[in-house]
Amino acid sequence: MRADAVPVLTARGVSIEYDVDPPVRAVRNASLTLHRGEILGLAGESGCGKTTLAYGINRLLKAPALMTAGEVTFHDADGRDIDVVELRGDSLRRFRWDKVSMVFQGSMNSLNPVMSIRAQLHDVFTTHRPGMTRREREARCAELLGLVGVDPSRLSSFPHELSGGMRQRVMIAMALALDPQVMIMDEPTTALDVVVQRGIIREIMRLRERLGFAVIFITHDLPLLIEISDRIAIMLEGEIVEQGTAVEIYRAPRHDYTKRLLASFPSLRGDRGDFVRRGAVTTGGAA
Amino acid sequence: MSFYLRRITFYVVTLWAAISLNFLLPRLLPGDPAQIMIGKLRRANGGRPISEEMIDAITSILGSDEGSMWDQYLAYWGRLLQGDLGVSSTRYPAPVAELIAQALPWTIILVGVATVISFVLGIVVGAWVGWRRGTWLDHLVPITTVFQSIPYFWLALVLVAVFSVNLGLFPIIGGYDFFAFPAGPEWSWAFVGSAVTHAILPATTIVLSSVGGWLLGMRNMMVSTLSEDYVVTAEAKGLTPRRIRTRYAARNAAIPSLAGFGIALGFVVAGSIVMEQVFSYPGIGKLMIQSVQGLDYALMQGVFLIITITVLAANFFMDVIYGFIDPRARHNG
Amino acid sequence: MDDAQSTLDPAVADDEITSNRAIAFDSPAAADAVREASRETVAIATPPSRRFRNLLPRRSAKLVGGLVIVGAIVLFGILGPLIAQPPRDSDNPSLEPPSADHWLGTTKLGYDVFAQLAWGAQGSLMIGLVAGTIALVLAVVFGVLAGYFGGVVDEALSLLTNIMLVIPGLPLVMVIAAYVQRSEGLGDFARSSVLVAIVLGITGWAGSAVVLRAQARSLRTREYVAAARVAGERAWRVIFVEILPNLVPLLAAQFIFGIIFAILGEAGLSYLGLGATGSITWGTVLNDAQTGQAVGTGAWWWFVPPGAMIAALGAGLSLINFAIDEVVNPKLRLAPENARQVRRAAKAGRGVTETGVIA
Repeated sequence: MRADAVPVLTARGVSIEYDVDPPVRAVRNASLTLHRGEILGLAGESGCGKTTLAYGINRLLKAPALMTAGEVTFHDADGRDIDVVELRGDSLRRFRWDKVSMVFQGSMNSLNPVMSIRAQLHDVFTTHRPGMTRREREARCAELLGLVGVDPSRLSSFPHELSGGMRQRVMIAMALALDPQVMIMDEPTTALDVVVQRGIIREIMRLRERLGFAVIFITHDLPLLIEISDRIAIMLEGEIVEQGTAVEIYRAPRHDYTKRLLASFPSLRGDRGDFVRRGAVTTGGAA
Repeated sequence: MSFYLRRITFYVVTLWAAISLNFLLPRLLPGDPAQIMIGKLRRANGGRPISEEMIDAITSILGSDEGSMWDQYLAYWGRLLQGDLGVSSTRYPAPVAELIAQALPWTIILVGVATVISFVLGIVVGAWVGWRRGTWLDHLVPITTVFQSIPYFWLALVLVAVFSVNLGLFPIIGGYDFFAFPAGPEWSWAFVGSAVTHAILPATTIVLSSVGGWLLGMRNMMVSTLSEDYVVTAEAKGLTPRRIRTRYAARNAAIPSLAGFGIALGFVVAGSIVMEQVFSYPGIGKLMIQSVQGLDYALMQGVFLIITITVLAANFFMDVIYGFIDPRARHNG
Repeated sequence: MDDAQSTLDPAVADDEITSNRAIAFDSPAAADAVREASRETVAIATPPSRRFRNLLPRRSAKLVGGLVIVGAIVLFGILGPLIAQPPRDSDNPSLEPPSADHWLGTTKLGYDVFAQLAWGAQGSLMIGLVAGTIALVLAVVFGVLAGYFGGVVDEALSLLTNIMLVIPGLPLVMVIAAYVQRSEGLGDFARSSVLVAIVLGITGWAGSAVVLRAQARSLRTREYVAAARVAGERAWRVIFVEILPNLVPLLAAQFIFGIIFAILGEAGLSYLGLGATGSITWGTVLNDAQTGQAVGTGAWWWFVPPGAMIAALGAGLSLINFAIDEVVNPKLRLAPENARQVRRAAKAGRGVTETGVIA
């Protein structure tokens, strides 16, 4: 952990339950801390609760999910501490996207199909920055698209006219609109092919260097996290079973599940078929 | 652009099909309507023979023994394009086109306004009920299905029985007060006032029996749409509930209703025909009924044609609006 | 990040090896298919017995209510004529309000209204069923075949369907009825309810055809259908064995719509004097009521019950359709239920819930 690490988001003892019959405890007593400007990877298999936890932190839980316990505190840059769980109505809306924004999984349906890209980007500003003029908004939107490598002329397009990769970039641009301090990214590149994936990850890293926001990066792709994250948390069946720096997780995993996860990814090194035929535990290339 | 082109082509083809159907029906179905019609016209003329012109008009519409089918078909089109739809036997000697021109505005205004009110009301209330899903409003929904299944005309009968006969609040029949305006329609406020009071019950009938369908459809779509990803995104963006409800949810949810408008229009037409019978409303529907009951074939064909053209026009209009609202349709044609 | 050290996700690696895709481009049609796939209700991989049970609508108040209403009316149609007096027996005093002798009073001609209603139930239900069946068969032919085969067949059938859809139904039926009924060639058949049912059936299928076509099209792209076709199954078998069973809820819903449409249509026709004048249906009763000045003379027992029965039958069928709708689209049932539950739990202090759009 870096010595100057200042927490920006703290979640303590979060429990989320699906209120069905019988009730399903999706997240059990999860605690994590996100520091300013760092990338925290949240890894685990499908259904382990990582997306539910992220949604819970962001107060986006869909019925029948219910947060039964826990505190989520946002440590604002101006020194205040905001209790996210207690926010209601207007204060919750103001908090959203301004302090914490989110990039969703599978951008196929995350953009409104009947509104132009321009309208959807302007939306954010008309709601959160009512003082901006039309020209200022347009300029800022063009600037945002430029940041993520999308041609500003695409502002007039509709979502179905863009490719998957472009849509995801637009989502990222949208998430950056208000200069948030935290960005939660839920499998932002899983639905895309590797080349596009790489481009997007690159973009995210670059933007983070430049703008300084913290990222919670959710994915099942542990090797990717090891490459890009500062710290990683591993989730299994709703619990966070291990938390540590990327190096620690990679070199000295403590929990059984973490070890199993690491061993499940084939490596480009070693003999062909090694890990399948002989179950050899690969250590991959040097990080 | 290709979207509009395709739709226009479709409507042109359908129009051609409808006109051809109009041409074929009297010739294919059993009986000899042309002769029957000529006989009726002669009787209506007081037993005197009718002009060659009139006979020609009738045979071109209803079928004759001379000339091949193809020749008759071309002759039929010729007359149509000149606006000659024949002469009515039940309202002799009025030309069919004139009768239709008199009756059409009544129906279009009444049914048009009532349908628009019904549509807007259904969509707005449906969106609201869908938005507040999980509350007591959900129980309202089955009630609207009851209204939906009520036959237009029966509802009309009940309304008339209650409001007109018993309570005397509204006039029972007619489009306007016959006694006050014996010469027929005129452009005066008094007339408009009379027309409006006469239109209230019929309009209420239409609205009551069709609003349920729109409401239900919209509510269901709203419930589906609210679980879509882009609505979650909108909520995460911190947008006001109002904006989410209108720009994100309702706009998407309304699309299938618009698309289904064409199908619904068929029911509207059917219902209004019968409703005009109940209220003796001087519209196209009543004309159609009169012509069928009196076996006035020329009038019947003419009215059927005009009704079809009107429905096609309304459908096309709705298609244009649909293309405007849903950009995906515009771009995919 | 160092380019030379890229790690590979095994799933993506497989994909990269086996496909030739460049940059992923999501066409709207593909997006649509994915949307449909995610909306899939019945798990196709389940064994046949469970699959059938999954298709049945869940028992709910709406379903039970609907079945009770419809069942009662059907029973009325079956048993009513057995206990009522002959419907055309004019030996009774005319225009009498309901009494112990005549539960629903009498008509102007002295017919017992209850008897008319009971026989009318038989007539209307029969027309509804026959017309509904004809319409359903035509809808399957024009809808499923068009959706499954695609291409030229689809274009041709769709054009016919759309034309039928746009040409207004009741006027067309009226015109056909006018020509057919008054012609000498058909004799008694011209006034029978079977003819009315046939005419209603052949003019009322277009709406269902559109819906079935859309669904058949999306089913066509499913893996199990593709598997069957690759295995060399003949088209007919694929349609009957793979596609139609999955359309059962939709077919049932469209069939019910067809019945409602036919009964309402027949009522309208009969009311105008164009219907099955040779038989007794609820519509003919209403027609008699109209010509007998029932409204003017305040004989509510004559014109209210037939319409009320139509409305009741329609409502019952609609409720059943509702339940089927919730099977086809479980979100309709689950979303409101879940929202309600979570709201209740939050009130009880069990946790925090969203009060915005999501809950």
